[in-house]
Amino acid sequence: MSIILDHVNYVYGGDTALAVHALKDINLVIPDGQFIGLIGHTGSGKSTLVQHLNGLLRPTGGNIYYNGEDIHAADYDKKKLRSKVGLVFQYPEHQLFEIDVFSDVCFGPKNLGLSRQETELRAYAALKQVGLEDAYFYQSPFDLSGGQKRRVAIAGVLAMKPDVLVLDEPTAGLDPKGRDEILDQIAKLKEETGITVILVSHSMEDVAKYVERIIVMNRGSVMYDGAPKEVFAHYRELEQVGLAAPQVTYIMQALHESGMPVGTDATTIREAKGEILKALGKE
Amino acid sequence: MGIIRTDKLVFEYIRRDEEGNVEGITRAVDEVDLDVKQGDFVAILGHNGSGKSTLAKHINAMLYPTEGAVWVDGMNTQDEKHLWDIRQEAGMVFQNPDNQIIGQVVEEDVGFGPENMGVPTEEIWARVEESLKAVGMYEYRKYSPNKLSGGQKQRVSIAGVIAMHPKCIILDEPTAMLDPNGRREVVRAVRALNDVEGITIVLITHYMEEIIHANKVFVMDQGRVAMQGTPREIFSQVEQLKELRLDVPQATLLAYELQKSGVKLPDGILTTEELVQALTQVYHG
Repeated sequence: MSIILDHVNYVYGGDTALAVHALKDINLVIPDGQFIGLIGHTGSGKSTLVQHLNGLLRPTGGNIYYNGEDIHAADYDKKKLRSKVGLVFQYPEHQLFEIDVFSDVCFGPKNLGLSRQETELRAYAALKQVGLEDAYFYQSPFDLSGGQKRRVAIAGVLAMKPDVLVLDEPTAGLDPKGRDEILDQIAKLKEETGITVILVSHSMEDVAKYVERIIVMNRGSVMYDGAPKEVFAHYRELEQVGLAAPQVTYIMQALHESGMPVGTDATTIREAKGEILKALGKE
Repeated sequence: MGIIRTDKLVFEYIRRDEEGNVEGITRAVDEVDLDVKQGDFVAILGHNGSGKSTLAKHINAMLYPTEGAVWVDGMNTQDEKHLWDIRQEAGMVFQNPDNQIIGQVVEEDVGFGPENMGVPTEEIWARVEESLKAVGMYEYRKYSPNKLSGGQKQRVSIAGVIAMHPKCIILDEPTAMLDPNGRREVVRAVRALNDVEGITIVLITHYMEEIIHANKVFVMDQGRVAMQGTPREIFSQVEQLKELRLDVPQATLLAYELQKSGVKLPDGILTTEELVQALTQVYHG
């Protein structure tokens, strides 16, 4: 069970003078249950790539397989695919529209043709999964704070019971605590349900803290694909393409250069702390 | 008197339900006193809904105080005859660059402000050139804005404000939608305007690393100023910041965590360089 991208290419405006080759020969295997970070500068092709995962865009070359089936085959059920690969866009709270939070989350499952009871059970479970308290269920979604609205929007996708959850910058514009809360909730959800999570992010610190695999996009191609430590070891190359490593990686590098016997591959505060304490003989 | 001053500024708005009945009153800004001097670099932090943006919108007369008063360069913002002077002196840059760019070509966009002020044509071009140079975007002057990256667009927005020759610029989360490179470009441009041109800066942000060069930081909570001081003073109080839903730069957090484990480091470390220097001293000493 997995998503496979096989030589995927995508060209915008192919028959015009303004053609843009947005994805160039992408080959990826996304197995079940991974927590993946997708990074890249603005315009590197991240969003174009994620829109291919549930068939919103059709590759101009190559194929995409979901659980072994070609999603663009003539008899493939795209509606089912879209319930299985849930996409949460940037600023998803702009898509809330119902009179109260609970109805908004029911909208997805209702459109899948589920019974009222099943719909409401799923909506309830989804709202619990994102950690929204019962007191908010019958409030207008527009009266909630930014972080709460975003949770409601994510719950709307979770209520479809997806196997893969793709989040396009879910923490943009949130305060630091709001960022941590949303990401902790997603990590917990992944832990509990075994769902595959693909996190598109501009925060190297967040990516380093949560994901097990990082895919780096640059000019429409995959530049690196590996564990955070492997990817951030290339911090000089990442800077060349508008990215960076987390600040702790730079700190460890500088400490190493100034003669302290520390490893340089730490990407989180916890790892860096452990390394430094060891070097100082405090462990 | 400072370039921006607020005196017990209060802003309240009335919440209504769908039928228009009054549900209650929210006090978004609650007795805030600010005094910003010409040439200052002021940062405002605060969680979502703490009143930062509402406060900022008072500085160029987009909102008016319910109680108290706001002065920009000695002009009361409620004095209607100064409205356009205030908007020219206190320029504002918002989060989403796509909502602020209207020109088809970069240099036209930057010229829009001075043109509306009735500046003579030759001077408009001179101002466009100097503004684009100040943010490092002069070589893109003939480009269409939609061919630019987020950081570049945001720098064009800033150039558009500079072309009006403001005394201060208020930036409301200008980097929230940008990638790391875009954030660096914008922060560098803002610092240069402050250092080189002496323009007063009020920067609102959720990225703690961006404010370490500010000379004063205000932390908002529930419409009030909860903390104020230099970045070093503010970031020395890691626990209190966390209670206010905020954060500290990674270097500061790592130093704080090491202190808790018994490593003797000074308080309020802000940068990679400071931490590395302090740690090598501990190691070699």
